[in-house]
This record gives sequence, C-alpha cells and structure tokens, in this order.
Amino acid sequence: MLAPLGLFAIGGTSFYILLQRLGTDEYDPRRVPSVLVGKQVPEFGITEQPGLGGFDRSALVAPGKPVLLNFFASWCLPCVAEAPQLMALKKRGIPIYGVAYKDKAEKTAEFLARHGNPFAAIGRDAEGKAGMEFGLYGVPETYFIDGGGIVRARWAGALTDDIVSGSIDPLLKKYA
Amino acid sequence: MIRRVLLLLMLLAGPAFAVSDPGEMLRDQAQEARARGLGQQLRCLVCQNNSVEESESDFARDMRKVIRERVAAGDNDDAVMTWMTARYGDFVRLNPRLSPLTALLWATPVLALLVGFGAVALMRRRVVVPPAPLSAAEAEAVRKLSEPS
Repeated sequence: MLAPLGLFAIGGTSFYILLQRLGTDEYDPRRVPSVLVGKQVPEFGITEQPGLGGFDRSALVAPGKPVLLNFFASWCLPCVAEAPQLMALKKRGIPIYGVAYKDKAEKTAEFLARHGNPFAAIGRDAEGKAGMEFGLYGVPETYFIDGGGIVRARWAGALTDDIVSGSIDPLLKKYA
Repeated sequence: MIRRVLLLLMLLAGPAFAVSDPGEMLRDQAQEARARGLGQQLRCLVCQNNSVEESESDFARDMRKVIRERVAAGDNDDAVMTWMTARYGDFVRLNPRLSPLTALLWATPVLALLVGFGAVALMRRRVVVPPAPLSAAEAEAVRKLSEPS
C-alpha cells in the first residue's frame, strides 16, 4: 500500500522539479552543452573586417583579463535583440571580440552602424569554418574566456539580463 | 491501370536525402557512400532529431561539406567521428558511445530485464500458507451454525 504511494510521490515531485527548472530556464533539453568549456581556445582562422581592425587567436590565448567572444551576423534577429546587452557590457569596460559569421562585409558594417559597435576588434568567418572549430551551431553565440585563454562558459542564443546578472557577473568576479 | 502503376511506383520510391544538390556530392562513388553513411550517424544540432544527411538546415549542409572534405582528404570513418565529437560533443553522435555518462543508458535494457526476472522469482517464491485447521471449539461452533434450527 505504501510502496505505490511512495513511488507516485517521488515521481510527482521529480516531475514538479523538472517543470520548475524548465520554467526558470535552468534546464533546457534542447540545449547542447559546449565541449570547449574548461579548455583552451581552439585554433581557428578568421579574416579582417575592413576598416574595423581584425584579430586572431593570439588575442584570446592569454588576454590577461576575462574577455567575451561573440559570433553574430547582420541577418540574425536575436543578434539585434542582444545588441543593447553587448553595448552595456562594453560600457562596463569588458573587451568583446566579435566574429561576423557567414556575413557580407558591407552588411556587417551596416549592422554595426545601426545597432552600435560593442567590439574591441572584429573578424570575419565568411564560410563558417571558425564557427565549426568552436562547435557553433547558430548565431548569436557568446563565449566567456578567462585571462589565461580558457573558455569558461558558452551561451547559445541572445544574451539576456538574466544571463548577464546570473552568469556573466559571477564569472567576471571569479576570474577577475 | 495507370493509377495502379503510379501507386506502385510511389511505393518503390526510396527516402529522399537532403543532398539534392549534385554539387555537394563527391565524384568518387565509394567515398560518397562513406560520407553518406557518416552523415546518417551525425545529429543535426539545429533540428536535433534529424541526421545531417536528412536535414535541409544550413548547419547540416555545412556538416555534410566538412564530412566530404575530410573523406576526400583521406580520413577514415573513426577520424571523422572523432573530429566531430571533439567540436560538438557526444550529443552529435546519434548512436551514443559507451562512457561513464552513457553507461546507465546502455545498461537500462539489461537492468529492466533483471528487475523483471527478480519480480517473477519473488512472486513464484511467495508460498501461500494454508490456514490452520479449526480448533475443536471452532468446529463445534461451525457445526452449530450450519445445523438447521
């Protein structure tokens, strides 16, 4: 008599917790965890965004203090949505490196002129090869890289207030 | 008649693969077949339950391209799978590898079978204890109750 009741109670509680975590976005079954977390920035090749200064892997290998790496594209709507977040992070003095993913140089320039340019430097990944080295599967994606060039976190999709206050801020404190 | 023939032809039609663009395919038939086999083992991370060979997404197209580049460059199947897993993690394999993380997943069928056998064994061992015979007083009471009054 008690055993089935107990089983039912355990099942019900587990399901409730699952729903709660789904609701607060702590758990998302569609999210793909990044294998890069805890590892050194991978080898990758990008070209320069004309007029805005490019960068290469050496800028991320030992930046000395935490930096963000953001893959974006002018054709990507969530990238427009997260633009204010990136601008706010830039104002706080956090270096953000941008990679224009599968985008035309002039479209990228237009996008930055319209939504602001939060980037310390911008590279171009015209064919998506650099993205593949990072395990990128869509834009935007943002990587948190610590002073020693180790990737500490990756967010797929637009940055939100919750991500900034709940994840980026604690990481900045931890790796400052 | 024509209808029947058409229906029959429809039944014969094979599954459509997303590689509809002949430009994507490798010239070498054997290599193309290998690339296709690999693509069927890799998950499209955008659509998640399609393989990259079946999916029309940009992501899947990029993956198909890379698989073919690797195959054409002479990588064997394991090398291609390792290359993919190093970047996209175990999740990219539609057929998960045996690892501490997936051990429970692979062991579940065996465990379920064991639990089933255990339950059957328990049920068979449960002996039904026959009730104790009636005492003399009880037998007397039953006799009295069943007597026609």
